[in-house]
Amino acid sequence: MSEDFTVPEKSGAEILIDTLIEQGVDTVFGYPGGAVLPIYDALFQHTKIRHVLVRHEAGAAHAAEGYARSTGKPGVVLVTSGPGATNAVTGIADAFMDSIPLIVLTGQVATNLIGSDAFQEADTVGITRHCSKHNYLVKDPADLASTVREAFAIATKGRPGPVVIDIPKNVQVATASTDVKRATSSRFNPAGEADYAEINRAVELLANAKAPILYTGGGIINSGPDASAALRELAELCGAPVTSTLMGLGAYPASGDAWLGMLGMHGTYEANMAMNQCDVMLCLGARFDDRVTGRLDAFSPDSIKIHIDIDRSSINKTVRVDLPIVADVGAAIRQMIEVWKGRKYKAAALDDWWARIKGWRAVDCLSYAGSTQEIMPQYAIERLFAATKDKAPIITTEVGQHQMWAAQHFHFDAPNKWLTSGGLGTMGYGLPAAVGAQMGNPDALVIDIAGEASIQMNIQEMATATQYRLPVKVFILNNEWMGMVRQWQELTYESRFSESYSDSLPDFVALAEAYGWKGIRCSDPAKLDDAIAEMLAYKGPVMFDCRVHKTSNCFPMIPSGAAHTDMILHSDEVSGTMDDEAKALV
Amino acid sequence: MHIKQELTERHVLTLTVDNEAGTLARIAGMFTSRGYNIDSLTVADISEDHTTSRITIVTRGPPPVIDQIIAQCERLIPVHKVTDLTEAGPHVERELALVKVRGTGDQRVEAMRLADIYRARVIDATVNSFIFEITGGPDKIDTFVALMREVGLVEVGRTGIVGLMRGAEGS
Ligand SMILES: Cc1ncc(C[n+]2csc(CCOP(=O)(O)OP(=O)(O)O)c2C)c(N)n1
Ligand SMILES: [Mg+2]
Repeated sequence: MSEDFTVPEKSGAEILIDTLIEQGVDTVFGYPGGAVLPIYDALFQHTKIRHVLVRHEAGAAHAAEGYARSTGKPGVVLVTSGPGATNAVTGIADAFMDSIPLIVLTGQVATNLIGSDAFQEADTVGITRHCSKHNYLVKDPADLASTVREAFAIATKGRPGPVVIDIPKNVQVATASTDVKRATSSRFNPAGEADYAEINRAVELLANAKAPILYTGGGIINSGPDASAALRELAELCGAPVTSTLMGLGAYPASGDAWLGMLGMHGTYEANMAMNQCDVMLCLGARFDDRVTGRLDAFSPDSIKIHIDIDRSSINKTVRVDLPIVADVGAAIRQMIEVWKGRKYKAAALDDWWARIKGWRAVDCLSYAGSTQEIMPQYAIERLFAATKDKAPIITTEVGQHQMWAAQHFHFDAPNKWLTSGGLGTMGYGLPAAVGAQMGNPDALVIDIAGEASIQMNIQEMATATQYRLPVKVFILNNEWMGMVRQWQELTYESRFSESYSDSLPDFVALAEAYGWKGIRCSDPAKLDDAIAEMLAYKGPVMFDCRVHKTSNCFPMIPSGAAHTDMILHSDEVSGTMDDEAKALV
Repeated sequence: MHIKQELTERHVLTLTVDNEAGTLARIAGMFTSRGYNIDSLTVADISEDHTTSRITIVTRGPPPVIDQIIAQCERLIPVHKVTDLTEAGPHVERELALVKVRGTGDQRVEAMRLADIYRARVIDATVNSFIFEITGGPDKIDTFVALMREVGLVEVGRTGIVGLMRGAEGS
């Protein structure tokens, strides 16, 4: 709209697309609507960006998360104003909790209509303010390019997260000079390397520990593949056992000697006991989440705690640590390795510690009662793992028991292969995340390990997979219950199963066929391997209705508010009720 | 089961922030969404080019929570610097209040006498009312307002406090 004819002008929509391309974007997950029509029209003219038309905006956000987590690149979402934006909020909140880099572009009513309760107006910036890392309302097309650039920097650097850019329709249409300077944002300077004094101290503590443990989290995955490689080297050097949160699975290989399995509420006995009994805990890119710590005053009472995290607010939030180090965890591990080697430290004699760990491992906490009549859910995961492990599959999950069984019985040797909603625990995450992961990794085997209840929350994304010929596999552990809810009711509310039965389930095989997928059903453990092979052999998308034992519970389990040492290993240790303090915890 | 209460400390924080749309909402909203307290909050543009504002927040919480509050503030993109004046050492805190009292005769004389002792200035007067302007630490203002209640207080407006470190250094 400016009268300056010396430099070429472009519309806001075109500037937006140009800047996305400049930022390396090749895929956008979105859904059109009135307030983004100018952007869709600009997209129509471009061939460099593939647009993936989802079937619900929550699906767009989760698909972008799946794309981001499996590729390491930011995921981009494009939705319309009002309901388009509000539908995307769950995915934005999910990405915020799990530190996933997303750029969410939302349409907005024209600037002169903002605040007037115009058609499809919602206060997107207000609604997403506290579930995004940052957000913007862009009021002038001249600000678009610099805003988008800053948004990419914020989303991907430091602790990653979703950034929302709300763009009023008139800003998409109005023109501005394309001569805008490549302004680099100076106001966002995430931590990089750690201070060497702190690293020296950390290495000393680790080298002199008698019972050390590496407690790792999603921060290592977010730091990039080199952080995982560095972790492996550090573990090798110091000889300490390694455990991980749900988010960090794959950073250290599950096939590695030092691997203890996942820790926390449904973690292994050996991981939780080792956390409880260790003398030096090195926490790498994890955040002492309540699912991990259990009862705080009983959490690893005698250990010296070192915490390396890029987000200072994650340090000392729930657990006081002795040596806080604010740094990029990958860089900090590399520094530790350098100091360790430079000082010619040798791995301490940890035989006694490993002997104790061996004793805990002997408990064989993941064992379960087998059956020849019914498919046990754990068995189904084991067989799926056995059939696919050589194909380096990308596994997504929904939320519930199946998610925890997958974390326990599926094993990951590489980062970016395990995509699950950890912090927010969003049912309906897995299928769209699988769609996004498959878009980013066309040749990979992508499987959503699902529950029959969760899968229905974003079932419409089956059509997206069909449209883009994505050969995703959905493996439903169908127990006909919201199993995790049923389990808590059995443990806490004397088996009063209030509204947790999955009634009126669809015929998943018929549903698959209706969407143009292949459907497979199996309820016989003897036929399971063949049925899985049939699923894997099929070139297109498959929905696998795996009928499993209906009332299995997921163990081991640390009930909320209990200590690591109060783990329930089997159903017969369950009393069926809990006191009010425990009931008040989530 | 009953909800447990925790012992809290009062802290004065100053934040240097980008002067842009939404910054105040982001900060104030973060306090609400994370369950932190705000006793008072003041904000004003402090830069020549109008790009930077300074926010003074008086908050309350157990020490680990205060530490979290600071870290959470620092995490916000438009926040450049957070200083905990209470932790940092000697500092001054000042607040301004406008206090309206109504009365005649002895009550009016007494109000005037008290205002004098507290160094409050008269900035508006009618035959049966005054508006006093008073500045000082929050305690002084609390006491003055309490006294005015006895002599015909009508209403009070308070700015909330602003604070600076003592000495030559900036915070
Ligand atoms: C959107 C959403 N709503 C509700 C919940 C609470 N919730 C957690 S697990 C669960 C049951 C999931 O059932 P299903 O998908 O069948 O998995 P299962 O536990 O049986 O393996 C529910 C309702 C949630 N996590 N997310
Ligand atoms: Mg179920």
